[in-house]
Amino acid sequence: MTTTTSEPIVDYDEALERYDPVMGLEVHVELNTATKMFCGCATEFGAEPNTQVCPVCLGLPGALPVVNEKAVESAIRIGLALDCEIAEWCRFARKNYFYPDMPKNFQTSQYDEPIASNGHLDVELEDGTVFRVEIERAHMEEDTGKSLHVGGATGRIHGAEYSLVDYNRAGIPLIEIVTKPITAAGRRAPEVARAYVSALRELLRALGVSDVKMEQGSMRCDANVSLRPRAGEPTSQEQAAVPLGTRTETKNVNSLRSVERAVRYEISRHAAVLDSGAKVTQETRHWHEDTGVTTSGREKSDAEDYRYFPEPDLVPVAPSREVVERLRGTLPEPPAQRRKRLQSDWGYSDLEMRDVVNAGLVEMVAETVAAGATPAGARKWWTGEVARRANAEGQDVVSYAALLGVRPAHVAELEGLVKDGRLNDSLARQVWQGVLDGEGGPTQVADARGLRLDQDSGALEVAVDKVIEANPDVVQKIRAGKVQAAGALIGQVMKEMRGQADAGRARELILAKLT
Amino acid sequence: MAIDITRASAAELAHALASRELSSVEVVQAQLDRIAAVDGEVHAFLHVDPEGALTAAKDVDDRRAAGEDLHVLAGVPIAVKDVMATKGLPTTCGSRILQGWVPPYDATLVARLRAAGMPILGKTNMDEFAMGSSTEHSAYGPSHNPWDLERIPGGSGGGSSAAVAAYEAPLAIGTDTGGSIRQPAAVTGTVGVKPTYGGVSRYGLVALASSLDQAGPCTRTVLDAALLHSVIGGHDPMDSTSIDAPVPPVVEAARRAEVRGLRVGIVKELGGEGYQAGVRTRFEESVKLLQDAGAEVVEVSCPHFDYALAAYYLILPSEASSNLAKFDAMRYGLRVLPEGVDDPSAEQVMAATRDAGFGAEVKRRIILGTYALSSGYYDAYYGQAQKVRRLIANDFAAAFEQADVLVSPTAPTTAFKLGDKLEDPMAMYLNDIATIPANLAGVPGMSIPSGLADEDGLPAGIQLLAPAGRDERLYGVGAALERMLLDQWGGPLLTRAPELEVKGGAR
Repeated sequence: MTTTTSEPIVDYDEALERYDPVMGLEVHVELNTATKMFCGCATEFGAEPNTQVCPVCLGLPGALPVVNEKAVESAIRIGLALDCEIAEWCRFARKNYFYPDMPKNFQTSQYDEPIASNGHLDVELEDGTVFRVEIERAHMEEDTGKSLHVGGATGRIHGAEYSLVDYNRAGIPLIEIVTKPITAAGRRAPEVARAYVSALRELLRALGVSDVKMEQGSMRCDANVSLRPRAGEPTSQEQAAVPLGTRTETKNVNSLRSVERAVRYEISRHAAVLDSGAKVTQETRHWHEDTGVTTSGREKSDAEDYRYFPEPDLVPVAPSREVVERLRGTLPEPPAQRRKRLQSDWGYSDLEMRDVVNAGLVEMVAETVAAGATPAGARKWWTGEVARRANAEGQDVVSYAALLGVRPAHVAELEGLVKDGRLNDSLARQVWQGVLDGEGGPTQVADARGLRLDQDSGALEVAVDKVIEANPDVVQKIRAGKVQAAGALIGQVMKEMRGQADAGRARELILAKLT
Repeated sequence: MAIDITRASAAELAHALASRELSSVEVVQAQLDRIAAVDGEVHAFLHVDPEGALTAAKDVDDRRAAGEDLHVLAGVPIAVKDVMATKGLPTTCGSRILQGWVPPYDATLVARLRAAGMPILGKTNMDEFAMGSSTEHSAYGPSHNPWDLERIPGGSGGGSSAAVAAYEAPLAIGTDTGGSIRQPAAVTGTVGVKPTYGGVSRYGLVALASSLDQAGPCTRTVLDAALLHSVIGGHDPMDSTSIDAPVPPVVEAARRAEVRGLRVGIVKELGGEGYQAGVRTRFEESVKLLQDAGAEVVEVSCPHFDYALAAYYLILPSEASSNLAKFDAMRYGLRVLPEGVDDPSAEQVMAATRDAGFGAEVKRRIILGTYALSSGYYDAYYGQAQKVRRLIANDFAAAFEQADVLVSPTAPTTAFKLGDKLEDPMAMYLNDIATIPANLAGVPGMSIPSGLADEDGLPAGIQLLAPAGRDERLYGVGAALERMLLDQWGGPLLTRAPELEVKGGAR
């Protein structure tokens, strides 16, 4: 079965002339609790298949769930951080459907009684504009097992020779965060989608409730997109009055970049469908990272009936207001507010701060400053060569640095070497290259490459004498009181020393000899 | 005087074991012999485990010899309904779909039996997934009533009650979702208790309807039931719906057996039309005995009980349709490949397995439940049933303002003939009309024998109901009534049952 037949699309700018996009984003986050949602099994990522299982998460006959209190606390903290109302009383519900990776053939989730509802997240776009995304709800549920389809061309269940299921993931606590329809983003919809997921990731990381690793699936995004005819500016009342179009749900978009691309693609594709006079089919779409297109999944009609009902094996969750307030007290400083504070602490300009934020380097810089580096140095070293190389590899700086084993302490160490007068800026750059090339820490690289400013004043004196002798005119001027003329001599001394000298010391020597 | 092991009560056996008059191995062997002798006729057991039971008995005997402090029921054997997960022992729930499944874990209740040193004789027969009132829906054939082998032993826990009534075991575990402990007790002349919902852990009880299921004792005396209740009851952190409170003082209440000054409420709606004359007569006599013993008898009305059966048959199938979804051939149990399909998909295997593995009654209820939960019908069926449930709970609350315990006949009739109601599900369902309200409200209920119905000479039962958490009231009233009835009869009712024909091997 071919799944890559490309469908007609309309140029993005053209699409936006005729249509107004509306999005709904559903983000699933795996919590980093030590144990699963309803049993005591470990949640470690990457363990041997089916080694972190028990009667409960395997759905063996007779087994019963017990709610993980830590997961509930995480859910409440997430809700509070999103400015949601926290339910005083809510229940779990069973979502019934048959699938081999669902041990009980129902997912224990929340339906009409979520733990958190009606919040918002303010999202900063690249140019500094703040866009408010309204949050419909955040609810608790359990993850399913993971199917591996072996054989066949697509890695999908159809055409596979056989399938294997790993139930280690079954029962991992999930929080699903659902936005209200995101309107008024206009042509910036894809950017808003990306910025929202990015800001949410930053928030969840700050809360410490999840690893939020999109590439490992601990954070997954489903993007709902629909178009409606343009009736004015995206933010206008005329536009807001236009009814929503039919949506598609693009599943498992697993990187920030893909979120933006997938939304953009769907806008272009919907526009082509609508332009042709056809109707958009309400369905699930699969995102293909490699080709940058979505393809049709199962049709998701209203006929799909999960027969939700309250989970009779669990008692209601009723967090007391005292507990909620105690948890509110554990919330970290909101990332946006923290950024403002850090910018002021670090003395960065708006532009400098935005560079650091957009590169996802706020934490890295904070850690680097904490390790003893100057804010200016931290910014310089992380946004320079490392960022360039990460970009070339298509990676974000933080993961790339982790891959190379380069740490904040390395930057502090490098700065220390400059401060101690062992390296100057150009030598420090060479040392940094070595660190990035995996040759070791800064001191190690400097030692191994023999890079150091010459501390032997003998060699420097020889060079100074040589330059003084070769430049009688300049010497004359200096002796006459034009001290600034020394610059020309310093340059030549540095050249003589092949850069491995401290310019300050060269200046001192020259002036000492001539005045 | 030598004790007749298989006829003795659990309390008597416990005494003989404690005084070392008997060993647990002797007791277990006697029960195994009795099973071998009569179970071909009764078919109370789906699986007998002589080796495991004798090993456990030997262990208890050794520990007793070593002077260890043992539980009061240590060494007394027990039969367990096949709906409870038993590590290393097959657990089929009376269904073909679980044929050959051996759980890797013990239900909490089973773990508590083992911890108390009670040897498990085997697993008892039941209607498939506890759906039925006769054991005729067992995939492995029905059990037979020891009073008349042509008749049903009640259901779904007919195996447990028949085992106790036929002296195959002094004690058994049943589960009661709508009467599956109490109705079998009534029709076999034995005692059965459904504790307060949450009083006994459900962890390892293969769920029929999670909000209704409750495990409890099947015994021949009220005191035995109390002793067993104390072993299996109490909080279990593995069951979220388990009550975090000590087991009510049931043994003390059974020993005290006091009714003086107690208010006994006759539930107007449970009795009268549709109840067999002999059942009614024995019930009225029992109430008279309580009154003579100093209880105050009042009549109470629970108007919404009329809707209990209808609500029950929406809530139960709804929960069951979801609970039974896990039986899909993917991980355990039966796997059937669809015929004439070359490369069957997982869904096709699921469908073929569920088609072959479930019986007609199970399918009927899955379909009912699936329908009731469907969007567009949910509010009218499941939602409405939950409201009725609330009204029934309110009726109980009001009734318990006027009375300390409520009483009714347990079942409308004595044991009917095998096959009589198999083709008429509605008639079968009506057998639980008096027992269902307790499950809907979560209150405890007990059935004890009230005598033999004049018209057929078969046992009838009286049901006692108490407020949630006040299980001890059942035992106080039950034990008092039991003593008065025994005096009247000149011995246990079961001594009037015909002797079963004993096949070879019996000593």
